Amino acid sequence: MVNPIGLRLRGIHHAFALKEQDLPVLEDVDLDVRPGGSVALLGPSGCGKSTLLRLVAGLEPPRRGTLEADGAPITGPDPSRVLMFQDPTLYPWRSVRANAALGLEARGLIRTEGGRVDDALRLVGLHEFAEAYPHQLSGGMAQRAALARALVNRPGLLLLDEPLGKLDSLTRLKMQEELVALWQREGFTTLLVTHDVEEALLMAERVLVFSPRPARVVSEIAVDRPFPRHRDDPHLVALRREVLETLGLREAA
Amino acid sequence: MSASVEAGSLPAAQDIRPWRVWAGGGAAGLAWLAAAGIVLAWPDIDEYGRTELLGGVAAAVGLLLVAAAMAGAPGPVARLRPAGPWLVALAIGLIAWEFVTAKLDLLPRPFFVAPQALLEVFTDDYAKLGESVLHSLLLLIPGYLLGATIGFVTGVAMGWSRRVGYWAHPVLRLIGPLPATAWLPIAFFAFSTSRQASTFLIALATFFPVAVLTWSGVASVAGSLYDVARTMGARPWFLIRKVAVPAALPSVFVGLFMGLGSSFSVLVVAEMMGVKAGLGFYMQWSQGWAAYANVYAALLVLAGMCTGLVTLLFRLRDGKLAWQKGVVRW
Ligand SMILES: Nc1ncnc2c1ncn2[C@@H]1O[C@H](COP(=O)(O)OP(=O)(O)O)[C@@H](O)[C@H]1O
Ligand SMILES: [Mg+2]
Repeated sequence: MVNPIGLRLRGIHHAFALKEQDLPVLEDVDLDVRPGGSVALLGPSGCGKSTLLRLVAGLEPPRRGTLEADGAPITGPDPSRVLMFQDPTLYPWRSVRANAALGLEARGLIRTEGGRVDDALRLVGLHEFAEAYPHQLSGGMAQRAALARALVNRPGLLLLDEPLGKLDSLTRLKMQEELVALWQREGFTTLLVTHDVEEALLMAERVLVFSPRPARVVSEIAVDRPFPRHRDDPHLVALRREVLETLGLREAA
Repeated sequence: MSASVEAGSLPAAQDIRPWRVWAGGGAAGLAWLAAAGIVLAWPDIDEYGRTELLGGVAAAVGLLLVAAAMAGAPGPVARLRPAGPWLVALAIGLIAWEFVTAKLDLLPRPFFVAPQALLEVFTDDYAKLGESVLHSLLLLIPGYLLGATIGFVTGVAMGWSRRVGYWAHPVLRLIGPLPATAWLPIAFFAFSTSRQASTFLIALATFFPVAVLTWSGVASVAGSLYDVARTMGARPWFLIRKVAVPAALPSVFVGLFMGLGSSFSVLVVAEMMGVKAGLGFYMQWSQGWAAYANVYAALLVLAGMCTGLVTLLFRLRDGKLAWQKGVVRW
């Protein structure tokens, strides 16, 4: 078990400075996640979901607004809040195992805690490929390696940026179940970005829907069902229709 | 699970071919035996000390090749196979060379030398040649390592720190493209020994390409590679050692390779201009006595030394960059 982290965001504004003018990306975003909770962020591509996760990870400061982790302002990155990036960004010169060991190495824990690396690789089903190099992996395997690299740190808050986006559909279903089981077992807080409505409803206690850029929260849906959930659950099917309507989509057939 | 990790590659086609006479080897053997016959039977135009030895060596090579061709078995012989055409060409080259020098004297002496004269340099002057190689290496290697180290550290610092880049870039830009040999008059004046001056020049010649390519390698590392480590708690020193440097390594090796090339040319110039030892000096000195055979022999040894060092560097690179696909083989 880890120490789950509670999250509190108030009035977050962010923009990127382009050549001529600013590109507004986030507009007045409020967000609360209870310690050990699981929240999914849904929104159209390019609206600012990844940017929000970078702010929570502490990789850059917001233009305006406050971010707090367990009541303390977020001023920089911290290994208790690990971000799993949308692109796997593995280090091509390191084997899968050495990639997964990165966080422990960075904190000088590799001697004492090295066993965690193989545990994490086994968890994502990559232990047989521990000696492989990134260029030898398929897209889905690379993403699982990146997940293992994040899990090794035993974060209190796991920020997942479309973590299953590059997996084939079967592996994807399996990984959704495994991530939920892992979250329940380990107890960390999860903030999950996804573009898949079903995935959000299967994996999160609450789903936040963002507008197109600049992202604002347009609706918030509590998914009040026990875990593990089943995709055929009529309640979820109904919610799914509701969310799709919020997104302005009508379900085909 | 998609297994895109490849199984071990198939054995090379040559290894699984059945026993067969190696025709190319046979041709090469006969060519070398012909060369031996010409060297030994055709009288020299002048007195040469090593004609018998040369003929003997050619005959031995020819016999070995014929034997290898007949055996045709896998193993070391199989590895020689691709060299077949080269072995034939070398024998023909030797015959032609014999005719235009020792046998018919068609080319002006002493500038053109006979093969047996070249051989004589190796049999009679090997000690001096070996000593020269040693001196050259002892001059080259410390200077190269010094320049490569300083260049690497400078390049990393410039790529990492905006402030270092600000101050170092204009200096590097002005001084760097200057050939190191342009400092020769100043260096030999400023340092008390020619050895120190040469070490400085070799280091300078190595420094520039290593610094520039390390710098550009570090500067072009994608920001996302740093973000990954930062989100897991990495400090700047870790980012430099474990992210910036390994990511820049392919570029660093290009710099080390270019630096090695310039260090060779500075070495030879320094040995010809002031240092009284080494292969460059040996060549200069021999040329003064019109001993061109010695000049060529030293040139050959120098070529061997340089290509050996480049090979060593490429081996090192292949070891360090095993994760890269499609690197150039040397
Ligand atoms: N570093 C950056 N500089 C400038 N613009 C950026 C940068 N990062 C993202 N953007 C822009 O911000 C917007 C939101 O990006 P992102 O957060 O990645 O969207 P999402 O993850 O929701 O698809 C996009 O229009 C993108 O082009
Ligand atoms: Mg994104």
